[in-house]
Amino acid sequence: MAHDTETAPARPVYQHGAFPDARGRFGAFGGRFVPESLMAALDELEAAYTAARGDPAFAAELAEQERTFTGRPTPLYAAERLSRRVGARVFLKREDLAHTGAHKINNALGQGLLARRMGKPRIIAETGAGQHGVAAATVCAKLGLECVVYMGDEDIHRQSLNVFRMKLLGAEVRPVTGGSRTLKDAINEAIRDWVTNVASTHYLIGSAVGPHPYPRIVRDFQSVIGREARAQVLDTAGRLPDLVVACVGGGSNAIGMFHPFAGDPDVRLVGVEAGGRGIETAAHAATLVAGRPGVLHGALSYLLQNEDGQVVETHSLSAGLDYPGVGPEHSYLKDTGRAAYVAADDNAALRAFQVLSQEEGIIPALESAHAVAHVLALGERGELRPDDIVVINLSGRGDKDMNTVAGALGVTLD
Amino acid sequence: MTASGGRGERIGAAFARARGADRVALVPYVMAGYPDLATSEALAVGLAEAGADVLELGVPFSDPLADGATIQHAGQVALDHGATLGSCLDLAARLSARVNTPLVLMGYYNPIYSLGVDRFAEHAAASGVAGLIVPDLPPEEAGPLARAASAHGIELIYLVTPSSPDQRIAQVAQAAGATGHGFVYCVSLSGVTGARTALPDQLGAFLARVRARTPLPLAVGFGVSRPEHVAAVGALADGAVMASTLIDAVDAAPERERVAAGVARFQWLATGAPRTEPPGGV
Repeated sequence: MAHDTETAPARPVYQHGAFPDARGRFGAFGGRFVPESLMAALDELEAAYTAARGDPAFAAELAEQERTFTGRPTPLYAAERLSRRVGARVFLKREDLAHTGAHKINNALGQGLLARRMGKPRIIAETGAGQHGVAAATVCAKLGLECVVYMGDEDIHRQSLNVFRMKLLGAEVRPVTGGSRTLKDAINEAIRDWVTNVASTHYLIGSAVGPHPYPRIVRDFQSVIGREARAQVLDTAGRLPDLVVACVGGGSNAIGMFHPFAGDPDVRLVGVEAGGRGIETAAHAATLVAGRPGVLHGALSYLLQNEDGQVVETHSLSAGLDYPGVGPEHSYLKDTGRAAYVAADDNAALRAFQVLSQEEGIIPALESAHAVAHVLALGERGELRPDDIVVINLSGRGDKDMNTVAGALGVTLD
Repeated sequence: MTASGGRGERIGAAFARARGADRVALVPYVMAGYPDLATSEALAVGLAEAGADVLELGVPFSDPLADGATIQHAGQVALDHGATLGSCLDLAARLSARVNTPLVLMGYYNPIYSLGVDRFAEHAAASGVAGLIVPDLPPEEAGPLARAASAHGIELIYLVTPSSPDQRIAQVAQAAGATGHGFVYCVSLSGVTGARTALPDQLGAFLARVRARTPLPLAVGFGVSRPEHVAAVGALADGAVMASTLIDAVDAAPERERVAAGVARFQWLATGAPRTEPPGGV
């Protein structure tokens, strides 16, 4: 086991900006655990990304498209009624107002521009809740790239509206019937496609997971969230926040929010995982809270697995958090203590979904509702002070979740 | 170096014997626990008795991202029936007691990592395992397992693919040649495992690139599913790995004839093994 007391090393110290290293590691985590077929493609991607990052023309085009296509910067909203309810100053970073309705567009746009620069005419993507699939399809439509989205059969049923959106945008949606028929299996199938079509195809992975250099690329493209939020909170409140909260499935909205604050030691970072039916049951997706290190989808990171090292099926009411792995940088943030990770269960998320809808006029994605739920819980436990500044990453809007929420509340829609 | 008298040396010896008999070495694959443990054991014994030079024993994994539908399904059935890394190693131990064919375990990294590479290598060695193929463990990440395997006289076998540039082939060959008793697993195509109607046209050019960079035997796998494929591989390389096609044969047979059907498919493929012209012509 990884945590035998006799073998456990002293807790590593968080080093901001030091990772990933040349091996693609964040401390002990990350790396490239992939079939040999993909190693050359990952080298090519890393070289292309390094060149793009150093190219002012790439940065300028990304910034211009973020401004005019995505609608950035997204606002930082002072949530007054929520603030009164929890007893602290709460701000919402409104990624729900980004084009396509979630933060996923930030990464899809960046990787789409990168794929075009690499001369790859074909894009593949995986999707859970459908938000990344919609974002990828949107960017492909805009850039004139072919788009194939892999989606678990189970998720296709949960998110039929997003499936239709992807098709309208010109993407092909391929159902995945293997395994648990959710995000994990969609990633497996996307990787198999990539192994087969690696010369023509860019794999536009949607979360901060996968082999190096993906966790870094996704973090960089999502860090626009935290950079804006940091500047906005300084501008609005005159100081840095005390607490920054984001939901964590694979962890892309959270790492994008956390990274620009991680070098500010007084800002507490808390990631909220899906507690499902409760972490004492098997039916959850709280990887960092309840998992142990393992290798899935090309990286060493925390993983929900059985005693034999088989990856287990997870559960969350929110398809976007229903994933047994997590991005390797979160594992590093956890093990260094720079960020803390907690779980909010389905019921807490559902309640937060309703509270935010009824008290702020904002219907959040079920994923984002997990982050709100944690702040509600802190308020109810009296753990916030009136002058505390809390920033919640409202990573997406909840239109896509109407069927799921109606079902959970016992309401039948036509 | 491999420990003296290491099981890994038996792999190189098996390839040398096939070469001496002027035929391609036959490396059939059996998914441990598919369709059940007893049948997979009987099938492995049957394949060994029918002339397998090396036996590849698959360890099922929940997320086999290098495998096509056939092996995915077989692995899922094995897991549903309760197969574990431990039960696969127990199967290897029983096979070692029954046949002399060197055993190569093929499985993904996480179950091995979960057990711990040292404990795994110790168990594998005690079970008579001669070699390991871990398809999601490129040389860059293989250090801990390579050291543990080597300490127990087990060969870690690496894969190269047509998409590997020359420099990577050289790097993989160097890692593979560290002990010098295994082989290089040449993936015939860009893709996942599974039976196919034809081998890729560029196979010869790819194998020539590998041959120029390693003295180790080359075994070709992925898509080898007809006797003429075996013959074509025999003209270019030293070993032919056959996997999905054997599972397909087992699947297609009535329940009591599964072992016989798998062995018969192997024997059919083996008719392509004798070389009719000198090996190595590309």
